[in-house]
Amino acid sequence: MALSKEDVRHIAQLARLALSEEEAADYAAKLSRILDLVDQLRQVDTQGVVPMAHPLDMAQRLRPDVVTEEDCRDLCQQNAPRAEGGLYLVPRVID
Amino acid sequence: MQGDDRSIAELARALRERSTSSRELVAASLARIERFDGALNAFITVTPEQALAAADAADARLARGEGGPLTGVPIAHKDIFCTRGVATTCASKMLANFISPYDATVVERLAAAGLVCVGKTNMDEFAMGSSNETSFFGPVRNPWDLERSPGGSSGGSAAAVAAGLVPAATGTDTGGSIRQPAALSGITGFKPSYGRVSRYGMIAFASSLDQAGILARSAEDAALVVEAMAGFDPRDSTSADLPVPRYVAELGRPLAGRRIGVPPEFFDAGLDAGCAARLREALEVLRQLGAEIVDVSLPHLGLSVPTYYIVAPAEASSNLARFDGVRFGHRSTAAGSLEEMYKRSRQEGFGAEVRRRIMTGTYVLSTGYYDAYYLQAQKARKLIAEDLRRAFDRVDVIAGPTTPTPAFRLGEKTDDPVQMYLNDIYTIAVNLAGVPGISVPCGFVDGLPVGLQLIGPAFGEAAVLNVAHQYQCATDWHRRRPADPPAGAKR
Amino acid sequence: MSGGWEPVIGLEIHAQLATRSKIFSGAATAYGAAPNTQACLVDLGYPGVLPVLNAEAVRLAVRFGLAIGASIASRSVFARKNYFYPDLPKGYQISQYELPVVQGGSLRIELDDGSSRTVRLTRAHLEEDAGKSLHENFHGLSGIDLNRAGTPLLEIVSEPDMRSAKEAAAYMRRIHQLVRWIGICDGNMQEGSFRCDANVSVRPAGSTQLGTRTEIKNLNSFRFLERAILFEIDRQIGVLEDGGRIVQETRLYDPDRDQTRSMRSKEEANDYRYFPDPDLLPLEISEALIAEVRATLPELPDARAQRLVAEAGLGAGEATLLTASRELADYFEAVLAAVGPGHARLAATWVNGELAAALNRDALGIEAARVDAQALAGLLARIADQTISGKIAKEVFEAMWAGEGSADQIIDRKGLRQITDSSALEQVIDQVIAANPGQVAEYRAGKDKLFGFFVGQVMKLTAGKGNPAQVNELLRRKLAS
Ligand SMILES: [Mg+2]
Ligand SMILES: [Zn+2]
Repeated sequence: MALSKEDVRHIAQLARLALSEEEAADYAAKLSRILDLVDQLRQVDTQGVVPMAHPLDMAQRLRPDVVTEEDCRDLCQQNAPRAEGGLYLVPRVID
Repeated sequence: MQGDDRSIAELARALRERSTSSRELVAASLARIERFDGALNAFITVTPEQALAAADAADARLARGEGGPLTGVPIAHKDIFCTRGVATTCASKMLANFISPYDATVVERLAAAGLVCVGKTNMDEFAMGSSNETSFFGPVRNPWDLERSPGGSSGGSAAAVAAGLVPAATGTDTGGSIRQPAALSGITGFKPSYGRVSRYGMIAFASSLDQAGILARSAEDAALVVEAMAGFDPRDSTSADLPVPRYVAELGRPLAGRRIGVPPEFFDAGLDAGCAARLREALEVLRQLGAEIVDVSLPHLGLSVPTYYIVAPAEASSNLARFDGVRFGHRSTAAGSLEEMYKRSRQEGFGAEVRRRIMTGTYVLSTGYYDAYYLQAQKARKLIAEDLRRAFDRVDVIAGPTTPTPAFRLGEKTDDPVQMYLNDIYTIAVNLAGVPGISVPCGFVDGLPVGLQLIGPAFGEAAVLNVAHQYQCATDWHRRRPADPPAGAKR
Repeated sequence: MSGGWEPVIGLEIHAQLATRSKIFSGAATAYGAAPNTQACLVDLGYPGVLPVLNAEAVRLAVRFGLAIGASIASRSVFARKNYFYPDLPKGYQISQYELPVVQGGSLRIELDDGSSRTVRLTRAHLEEDAGKSLHENFHGLSGIDLNRAGTPLLEIVSEPDMRSAKEAAAYMRRIHQLVRWIGICDGNMQEGSFRCDANVSVRPAGSTQLGTRTEIKNLNSFRFLERAILFEIDRQIGVLEDGGRIVQETRLYDPDRDQTRSMRSKEEANDYRYFPDPDLLPLEISEALIAEVRATLPELPDARAQRLVAEAGLGAGEATLLTASRELADYFEAVLAAVGPGHARLAATWVNGELAAALNRDALGIEAARVDAQALAGLLARIADQTISGKIAKEVFEAMWAGEGSADQIIDRKGLRQITDSSALEQVIDQVIAANPGQVAEYRAGKDKLFGFFVGQVMKLTAGKGNPAQVNELLRRKLAS
């Protein structure tokens, strides 16, 4: 299946990846190759097959409702590109 | 002799007998890293101070007679495992400056067992690759031929063990990332069942496929280390609450009566003739050891590559959304708006292959394509897993190649992602089904190592390790070492 | 509603579940902590960390499901809802999509005109909350506080069964009452523990097809919900009557301008790419757990109101008022138990009347009432045994509210005991008759209306303590003679 540069731009927008003009063309070509590979699956007869979401056939384990975590703000904010007054700062959020 | 040739069991015995010290072993490991990693590029971070301090602590414990069976032995961790206070990069520019505030369960457990971490090994960026060429820190070189790839994504761990820099190194295997580099580097690489080893603190690539394991020189060494890292972890909902068998105790069991399945699908046209010859020789060894070789069929094996290249990128596209430049990781300085900050930070922080997989994964999950790709892949996954389950009704272990060819040249497959993906053709089904697999050296083709892959049923690691160990008792391929690379400081 | 159009409304309510720790991590959920001090590695979406589900969140969801007669899924699945937003640390929200834990169910709502109707629920699912973006004082930047990230939410989704803003508000109140009643949510709307989104469309009356709907986000009071829906209905009818089309979109209600506006920023390319979260296995809920939760479920509001009608002989309206919250109903029943079963109407009148007014005046909840159930019962007992009149009782109540002591203490201290001694009352009446010969003559000449005047004079002289019935009777007798 061939992807257009438009498709590529749409996907890149969903994935929040900036994209130059050359990259869009390169992605269109390479992703189309990858899709050709995975397109083999579309021919396979899977009628009645139960989808396998996970290799473990087990139920979710639950944890007791207990507070176990301590404040780790200062340590964590050492990794932050920008933090001030205990907050992570980002370019203004508009909604 | 290249480096210390003793097995982990032997090293541990020497340590307990006090005929060597942890400081001595760790210092020797650090010295070899210093001397040879310039050529290999197997490490991203080396932590000599912490390592020597930990070695001294281990020696103190040993002196008090308190050490366990692994106390004082050096090890390296793939840089996908979070290590507290130490850079944890996942070989990405995105995390080049990231210091983990916590230890992964694997790291914590191995430290508790007394193993001494000397550093963090190179890998494909976010474990996405089969050649170690996608690392932000440059490719790793194969000790058997420096112009070739050691495989990936645990290529740094493989090269470090193969070149005798450390006796063992942790790895992770999402589509073959332990077994394939082990095969191409001439060492033993073991991936336990999904759920056997906690994923907590292991930076996620594809959560339903990722599993931690070990790269070592023998199945026995692998068994020893995996016993120490395996087991239930309440911090990982997908870790199995099952007792971990004493793998080491099972190793000596004779192969008489073991049934080993050989699927014709593993010996297809894609398999290099030289590799095929080595594998047939290996099967003959197993037969002579008393194992019964049985034909089994995995009719859906051919679907595993396309299935994997839907499931893994889909999960990855979501797992890697947290790298947004807000709380940690790379943030573009060029960004004005929030939108731009996201897009540029992610474009600059991720390499080309990672971005390609994020794009693929985003596409197959998007409206209108989910059923055709993702859901269909989940069904194909079921077919593949069922093939294996049925086969294990009849045999204890399945044997086959680990890779279609020996190590390829660096740069050989970088232009065509699909060619690179096809390298994982024999390893991926194991991840899709969540079963254990090991690769052990079984000879050479043109001076390059070839791997024999042994696969077991879910949580049947003991059988896999037993067959691998018995094979290694009868052969010495795993004792072959490459010549030391030219010495020289890291670039 | 303008003629010819029928509004169709469905609500999505987010109720914060009353757990101590977060839904997937061991960080605290307490409100009001310093920014990011209750956001642990899991809440921050750190590389390598993993979610583990809180058992209590599951129990609370089951509790809700049982309370609305829904079916509890024996197997439900957590999915990832993928989108980028700075207060969403992982780039996805863990929620339930195809298989929610609570499916179906219904709730009866009562309308002002006394009628009632049933609203069906589609589902209720478990999910995690996001953090908060703050926009003040950061040199044009936004500050992100992730304390709220990972707080457990139950998203309660109704069918589009409501036909007016009033019905929608009644339904929201009913859910609010219920979640507090069964103790799964504190219902605090100021703190964001209970929030509502409204899906609104209109269609020609008689049509069975749904019109295009808009979603009004984040309505955090009953009044705003009602106002926003009213505005939105009018707006949509206006657009349609002008020949326009409704655009499916997300809108925000602005209380200052009393109008909704489009939130286009949220709209662009909404493709959440839901898929099952590979970090979490299917949630299985056993019959045993359901039975265990069912056994701890309190008597529900409707059942309790019906019991008050049947057992205590209250009116339906009174009973509904008394079951507005479980605490109020408990208070009432405690009063009733103390004062005795024969005085249910008296107790209801006082709880719904004086007590409610005092609470309202001081903006207090029933749990903070300054007169507790035992104390109120003590007062009502003095009305019942005629120690004081209803009128004097109000004065006593005010003194009790002001902390001046028990009813008996206040009655004694202030000498408010009713005068029931006939000779004492007769003395006063004689005095009044003697002092008002003109009025007595007029009354006896047939001006019956003057009777009230004499009662008033007697009460004035007894400082209101004369037993009203006795005063009436004695006055009639004396005036007639
Ligand atoms: Mg919703
Ligand atoms: Zn929601």
